[in-house]
Amino acid sequence: MSKIETPETNAGESVKFRGGGFAPKPQRWVGVLVFIALILIAEWGTQSGWISALTLPKPTDVLETFHELYESGLLFQHLGPSLSRLLVGATIGALIGISVGVLIGLFSYIRSGLVPLVAAIFPIPKIALLPLFVIWFGIGEGSKYALIAFGTFTPTVVATYGAVDNVDRTLIRMGQSFGLSWWSIVYKIVLPGAMPGILSGLRISLAIAIILLVAAEMLGAEYGIGAYILEAGSLYDLERLFAGVVILSLLGVIMSAIIGLAERHLLGWRV
Amino acid sequence: MDISLVNISHSYDDFEVMRNINLEISDGEIVCIVGPSGCGKSTLLRFIGGLERPSKGRVVQIGNPPEGCLNPLTFIFQDFALLPWRSVSGNISLVLEDHGIRGAAAEKIIDDVLSRTKLSDFATALPKQLSGGMKQRVAIARALAVNPAVMLMDEPLSALDSQTRELLMDDLVALWTRKPFTAVYVTHNLAEAVRLGHKIVVLSRRPGEIRQIVNIDKPLSDRQFGDSDLERQQKRLWQLMRDEARAADAELLNV
Repeated sequence: MSKIETPETNAGESVKFRGGGFAPKPQRWVGVLVFIALILIAEWGTQSGWISALTLPKPTDVLETFHELYESGLLFQHLGPSLSRLLVGATIGALIGISVGVLIGLFSYIRSGLVPLVAAIFPIPKIALLPLFVIWFGIGEGSKYALIAFGTFTPTVVATYGAVDNVDRTLIRMGQSFGLSWWSIVYKIVLPGAMPGILSGLRISLAIAIILLVAAEMLGAEYGIGAYILEAGSLYDLERLFAGVVILSLLGVIMSAIIGLAERHLLGWRV
Repeated sequence: MDISLVNISHSYDDFEVMRNINLEISDGEIVCIVGPSGCGKSTLLRFIGGLERPSKGRVVQIGNPPEGCLNPLTFIFQDFALLPWRSVSGNISLVLEDHGIRGAAAEKIIDDVLSRTKLSDFATALPKQLSGGMKQRVAIARALAVNPAVMLMDEPLSALDSQTRELLMDDLVALWTRKPFTAVYVTHNLAEAVRLGHKIVVLSRRPGEIRQIVNIDKPLSDRQFGDSDLERQQKRLWQLMRDEARAADAELLNV
């Protein structure tokens, strides 16, 4: 065999690399760094005076207020009712939403009947209906549950029936070819297959639930984060307003983390 | 259990796809169906398995399925159709659960079919961890678990590379030799057909009609890769099909 000739190393140019990119990877801590950087800038700005006290409160003052809120026990007095409203309302909305979404995904008549209806109620700002809910469910907790449930319901329905539509039909045919019952096919094939879509829909629905929670509490609630923010806002107490907003943000981050955890637990099978 | 196709014709609206198909599938033989693309091979298989209904004619079961048969007509699909969220043994137990077979009884069946398909070590693996060939072996194990009277195989090796295909063909031959099963095997690959078929049904292009039925008498276990006998048969089949395949390829799709 002839010897393979190695070309002279200096001859010719090496091929320019032009692949790569378009594949974002999660970088830990970068998100946290962005938060810290923004807060540091705000702190520096308010300390040195180029951000006036009326524009933005000092982050340290907000932290102080937060600390007082915690010390006085008021934090949990506000957080408790808010969390229970969120939990009850969002659970009702998400459960009904998922069930209706699955029904729309499976039955022609339900689909034809309900898809236009869902499209009609989706764009209604649910806050506008609050007076109506107060009449229907009373000024107490009922109307708040209803508002949150209604707001969570519509995006969940849309996400769920989209997810059911996307379930691999060959898997369903397989189930039928092995003589699986209708219930087995729904429970063991359709629902797990739709789970990725349902969970990503829940991310949106739960964020909407937090928004509506505050809206509901701004109208007739003694305790609750919404009530707390409304009170602070009407007194122009920016520190307390921001403390309330920070709680909402944290709530959102925690919700999203819980869903992330559920995704990792339930969707480990994904490639 | 034998299966008989009686005068099957099929059309979508006024678009005729299949005409007057009569075919006997007898117990213990592998019937291969070949034909140019679009001739309705897979559709015919779905008629046999009851997943679709022909517009004319019927599929008849003659005799009773063997004892202990949970699902007489069992499919093996081209794309495996494994549930990605269930492990290998979970995918097999899926088809047993509905028959009330759980726990130890299910485990016994699962162990048996996994050892027959040489998958015993992979019982807890998820489909995403398996190669294409292994996935199809899981699908074969799942089909064996319900002890079918007839296996309906829809291009089972077409999604695999040619080496894996050879290996799996050997596996299928070994399975058949140990315990003969009845199968209808749809493929566009003539090498597979002459290797596995006792009877090869050649369909014409659309509207699909039976052009010829070729019997291959050589026992399955004696057929080897690159066998000159088989190559002659394969060449004959190809001559039979070539013009049809070319014409089918040049057709416009009216979908």
